[in-house]
Amino acid sequence: MNATPNLNDLKPNTHAHGADIVLSGAEVLLRVLVEQGVEVIFGYPGGAVLPIYDALFRQNAVRHILVRHEQAAVHAAEAYARSTGKVGVVLVTSGPGATNAVTGLVDALMDSIPVVCFTGQVGVPLIGTDAFQEADTTGITRQATKHNYLVKNPADLARVAHEAFHIARSGRPGPVVVDLPKNITVGPAPYAPASRAPHPSYRPRIEPEREAVVRAVAAMKRARRPLFYTGGGVINAGPQASEALGRLVRRTGFPCTSTLMGLGAYPTTDGQFLGMLGMHGTYEANLATHGCDVLVALGARFDDRVTGRLDAFSPDSFKIHADIEPSQINKIVQVDVPIVGDAGRVIEMMLEEWERQDGAPDPAALAQWWRQIEAWRGIRSLHFDQDMAPSAIIRPQHAVRRLYELAMETGRDTFVSTEVGQHQMWAAQHFQFDRPNRWLTSGGLGTMGYGLPAAVGAQIAHPDALVIDIAGEASTLMNIQELGTIAQYRLPVKIFILNNQYMGMVRQWQELLHGSRYSESYSAALPDFVRLAESFHAKGMRATCVGELDDVIRAMLAEPGAVVADICVAQDENCYPMIPSGAAHNQMLLGPEQEGEVKVSAEGRMLV
Amino acid sequence: MTMQDETIVSAVISILVENESGVLARVIGLFSGRGYNIESLTVAPVEQSRHQSRINIVTSGTPQVIEQIKAQVGRLVPVYRVADLTQVGPHVAREMALVKVVSTGEARTEALRIAEAFRARAVDTTATSFVFELTGATDKLDSFIDLMRPLGLAEVSRTGVAAIIRGPRTI
Repeated sequence: MNATPNLNDLKPNTHAHGADIVLSGAEVLLRVLVEQGVEVIFGYPGGAVLPIYDALFRQNAVRHILVRHEQAAVHAAEAYARSTGKVGVVLVTSGPGATNAVTGLVDALMDSIPVVCFTGQVGVPLIGTDAFQEADTTGITRQATKHNYLVKNPADLARVAHEAFHIARSGRPGPVVVDLPKNITVGPAPYAPASRAPHPSYRPRIEPEREAVVRAVAAMKRARRPLFYTGGGVINAGPQASEALGRLVRRTGFPCTSTLMGLGAYPTTDGQFLGMLGMHGTYEANLATHGCDVLVALGARFDDRVTGRLDAFSPDSFKIHADIEPSQINKIVQVDVPIVGDAGRVIEMMLEEWERQDGAPDPAALAQWWRQIEAWRGIRSLHFDQDMAPSAIIRPQHAVRRLYELAMETGRDTFVSTEVGQHQMWAAQHFQFDRPNRWLTSGGLGTMGYGLPAAVGAQIAHPDALVIDIAGEASTLMNIQELGTIAQYRLPVKIFILNNQYMGMVRQWQELLHGSRYSESYSAALPDFVRLAESFHAKGMRATCVGELDDVIRAMLAEPGAVVADICVAQDENCYPMIPSGAAHNQMLLGPEQEGEVKVSAEGRMLV
Repeated sequence: MTMQDETIVSAVISILVENESGVLARVIGLFSGRGYNIESLTVAPVEQSRHQSRINIVTSGTPQVIEQIKAQVGRLVPVYRVADLTQVGPHVAREMALVKVVSTGEARTEALRIAEAFRARAVDTTATSFVFELTGATDKLDSFIDLMRPLGLAEVSRTGVAAIIRGPRTI
């Protein structure tokens, strides 16, 4: 009989005498992954993780996706997690492998994405000796993760690895690092199944307090100008939470706005949806936020991009704030009814209370509120004029609109990732999302280079879906090496570059705040994206004028493989509407013609 | 909307943590990363059998900031409990100082006299120096040290505050 365990058969209960078989730490780790239901990990090998890669080689249960840079591994795992609701898993080596992953970890921390990142480490006896490829990974990632571990004792390995998954996915989700010294993965280690006992100190609160929800619903029943303001917490609470949100919004008849992170929780094409709020939100969403008398914040965190000038944020409203994380409540804005709990549970309980409590909001007041909102809508703050002459220059908003319309014609399940900047805001404004988990964007950290690896992660999770990275030419170059990953795994990702040859959002701010001195914001020496695509075995396409746009989009969508579409758009286009930094929601700029009218305050200039 | 209270208050935060490597760094890193003050800090194992340590932090900020500190500390995975003793109610907060006074003649006699008044113990004595050990509230230690200043105060070592709720309640 072969003494080495058959790793192709790593299902948790298959070894009746599992305790008798001596596994290496690496094999224990693989077993934990299988027990945790992990199907895919994103990683990059190196000296300190060779034992784990060797164990991976000898099994088929877990698929490894080889990225071209560790940052991309984390972004891909984030998108995998966001588009499936599962934990994204990363495996990188020590030293530079771990430090390269840090941006991705902070990105996942800011956007509350469940990720477990295993990092290699030099052997325990070498720790602290400045060994080759040694970095203090737990020290470096302490503030970059929800929690992290250094496994120094083989007996802890299985428990810690299981616990990492529990912490990553429960409560407010986030990234967890498990640092694995090489002697731990090489040497023998005992396997232990995931513990069913509650964690001794970590006990996130899921179930909201009934009393708080009762008070919230009582205020909602008295509301004359109510508004739902929903965020990524609703998405993180699972598809059933989004479904419940739809019922709550329809049942109450209230308007609903969403943060960037929350798009898709409530269908953005529905009449009760006002569009995104905040810096580049719609006029009606921001004016409604400013003018409402009851604001119901669900799984949102009053980010500065949402609130604008704080002392003028929704000044007359009674504020209800539900969040799974107690530290988010009263952090930025003092609220009247705090509710700690899972957004889905809060929404379900609100629905119950809505039926249980007598009375209903004054229908005349609500009708008046809707008339007011319709008047704001009449401003058409997202409107743009596209010259439809075939030779006309493509406006980026038009490109996103056409992309959306033609993608819908395919009838395919569609996932959109973005990079960061103007194109991201245009995508948020003009692409529509009627279901959760289909919009993958770096919200909190604002990581340029997120979208391309995110598209990789989404396509791996959904091989038959249409996955589009709406990109800018500057951002996409930050992780362009992932075209290699796309080629290796034959991922039919569509990279739709709105190429204006500028770091557009930087240029827009320089225009507004720094006298149009475009310091270093020009994308000089750009590659030829068509030939770049071809060199990575993808299809390159280009549209330079309106007459070419639809054909290029159609060809891109019809292409069975990966495409890089270089969409040459108006260079001087700015993203509107916009609340300039330091301004209030009712001081929006609707278009360039208003730029001169608003003086950004000295305080505003200091804000990011 | 509730108006924000801008007054700065002092608070004694007691934190019961899992006694594991890096836990103090997590707490301190959170304070520095989010710009909270640490005026004093003590930490020691308190429950050897359960691997628990207690961290006491004296901090200051607006009531809203103090609430945030509690909530943010509470987020940390190895934290069992966190309490703002100032808010919980009556509590005992004590620290210890070792105070070295180097002097002779009149000043030396005066230092010893004041030490007696403060119930400080001379734990080390040479012909030219004393090391006084003094336990008490922070302001008592402050005034003792102030009084020693003209009398040859040479060096001070303080522990920072350890605190506990009065009466039968626990955090």
